[in-house]
Amino acid sequence: MKLVCPAGNLPMLKAAVGAGADAVYLGFRDDTNARHFAGLNFNDGSARKAVAHAHERGCEVYVAINTYPRPAGWRRWQRAVDTAAELGVDALILADLGVLDYAARKHPGVRRHLSVQGSATNSEALRFYADNFGVERAVLPRVLSLAQVERLCEDSPMALEVFGFGSLCVMVEGRCLLSAYTTGESPNTEGACSPAQAVRWVESDAGTEVRLNDVLIDRFGPGESAGYPVVCKGRFTVNNATYHALEEPTSLNTLALLPALAGAGVAAVKLEGRQRSVAYVDKAVRVWREALDSCHRDPTAYRPRGEWMAALAGLSEGAQTTLGAYDRPWQ
Amino acid sequence: MRLSLGPLLYPWSREAIEAFYAERVADPVDIVYLGETVCAKRRSLAPDEWLALGRELAAAGKQVVLSTLALVQAGSELSTVRRLCRNGEFLVEANDMGAVRLLAEEGLPFVGGASLNLYNVAALRLLRDRGMVRWLPPLELSRESLGDLLGEARRAGVVLETELFAFGRIPLACSARCFTARHVGRPKDRCAIVCEDYPEGLPMASQEGEPLFTLNGVQTQSGAVQHLLPYGRELADLGVTTLRLSPQPEHLGAVIDRYRAVLDGASDSTDVTAWVSAPVCDGFFRGAPGMAVAPNA
Repeated sequence: MKLVCPAGNLPMLKAAVGAGADAVYLGFRDDTNARHFAGLNFNDGSARKAVAHAHERGCEVYVAINTYPRPAGWRRWQRAVDTAAELGVDALILADLGVLDYAARKHPGVRRHLSVQGSATNSEALRFYADNFGVERAVLPRVLSLAQVERLCEDSPMALEVFGFGSLCVMVEGRCLLSAYTTGESPNTEGACSPAQAVRWVESDAGTEVRLNDVLIDRFGPGESAGYPVVCKGRFTVNNATYHALEEPTSLNTLALLPALAGAGVAAVKLEGRQRSVAYVDKAVRVWREALDSCHRDPTAYRPRGEWMAALAGLSEGAQTTLGAYDRPWQ
Repeated sequence: MRLSLGPLLYPWSREAIEAFYAERVADPVDIVYLGETVCAKRRSLAPDEWLALGRELAAAGKQVVLSTLALVQAGSELSTVRRLCRNGEFLVEANDMGAVRLLAEEGLPFVGGASLNLYNVAALRLLRDRGMVRWLPPLELSRESLGDLLGEARRAGVVLETELFAFGRIPLACSARCFTARHVGRPKDRCAIVCEDYPEGLPMASQEGEPLFTLNGVQTQSGAVQHLLPYGRELADLGVTTLRLSPQPEHLGAVIDRYRAVLDGASDSTDVTAWVSAPVCDGFFRGAPGMAVAPNA
């Protein structure tokens, strides 16, 4: 299995390459990608340096152009595809049907991957993208159980990539309007979820309140650790019970599943976190490189080491990790 | 402007479902979408029983469309979708690209559901060329983007019926996790269809009591009820050809009548507050957060 790693900027890309990434993925500095955050991502110049740096060291570069253009933005998405193709990147990570069609016609020589934002969760959906756009790899939404991933590997017309580590989307990616409903900022069209400009921390007698576009997302007592207020990870009230009604602040970590994923024929494992730091990328990629190498050497003897798990927990939301939907009880 | 009744998003008993659709026969809805779109474990009606219900509604003059499951993962779910696509009788609403592929392979016309994420003319044209005859814009699309899109589509000769989700709690997201089973502390595999206890979903509020979302099994809906009738004239001018109303347990007949009357110019009153169990919202259409409501709506 190949290790696909996040690069939010050039220093992160260098860290990922240095720590053993087989491929890095990045986005341009606008709403054409799903991590459209202030100060993040690449312009033409830094992207050129990034491609040169990675290619000189035998590491592939993928560009995520994985949001959905509305008519007013269409040319920006076309330009992003053209720019990426001219940079000589190894693959485009795309979601929108129009953008996939454009890339397949205009730059047939550049590999196309289906973004997780494309929401393909079954073999017929994958066939649709293979038949119509020659898509060679799909990133699977974080909603499939391990058994379903294994089954899909058997039936899939293309290579499959799964999320291994990082922030956990609870909803099917590409189909979640919770942020748009609450803040007006949408992952699909603006590449933003629960954006920082909508967040407000307020000290009150009841503790620290965190609000997203004025909606109370959570309240923390003294000494309670407060994570970033993603709309799906707050504490809400249902039938008089107040709890994390959708999901707790936790990160996905599938180190324990590596032999099963490799055995199923999964082609690549992806680490989430372009919005994180150089230190995050360096640590996460080192752990995963070591784990993948260990698993490849001897899958039957492979066990996730305590120090790997501790290092990843330290990088996680709420210092917690979960197997997420891979593990049936989570569902 | 035609009116459609969207697929039932809640897990009602067989009796409640039969009573609900029996009432719709006389209602002025032109199109009725049938079938289970949220969770394959909800089986108050078997696929063949939905077909039988469809025949009754078709005999009463409704156009019947069968809707496919939105999140298709298990092999058994895919088989159900395959059978539904090949029903040989009714038009099908495709709610994921797997269903689109199955229908296109068979050369069958289809309706493209809102979860297909069709945000631009290139995407519309691509599915039009593969058999799509009607489509639903993404639920978050603003009037400005919808106007751009329909205008550009007209100029490009991509002519399709456009159906907008106009009334009801908005299906905002779906997950592998069942939030209703989790709320009552049951594993999903032994859920005993506990969601049947909540015929309009489980309200989820902020800690200040502000209604935010509605838990409906693996689906998360808006806490507020979207209501776009006040924009009826504007929607027609934009090129929307059908307004969709989403089933709710009570008073839907009154809501349908009001939509029909206002769209026909027989009434000016767009107010539905007496017939909904939550505040109304219209933010998405106005390019605002979806939960927002226009001051004079």
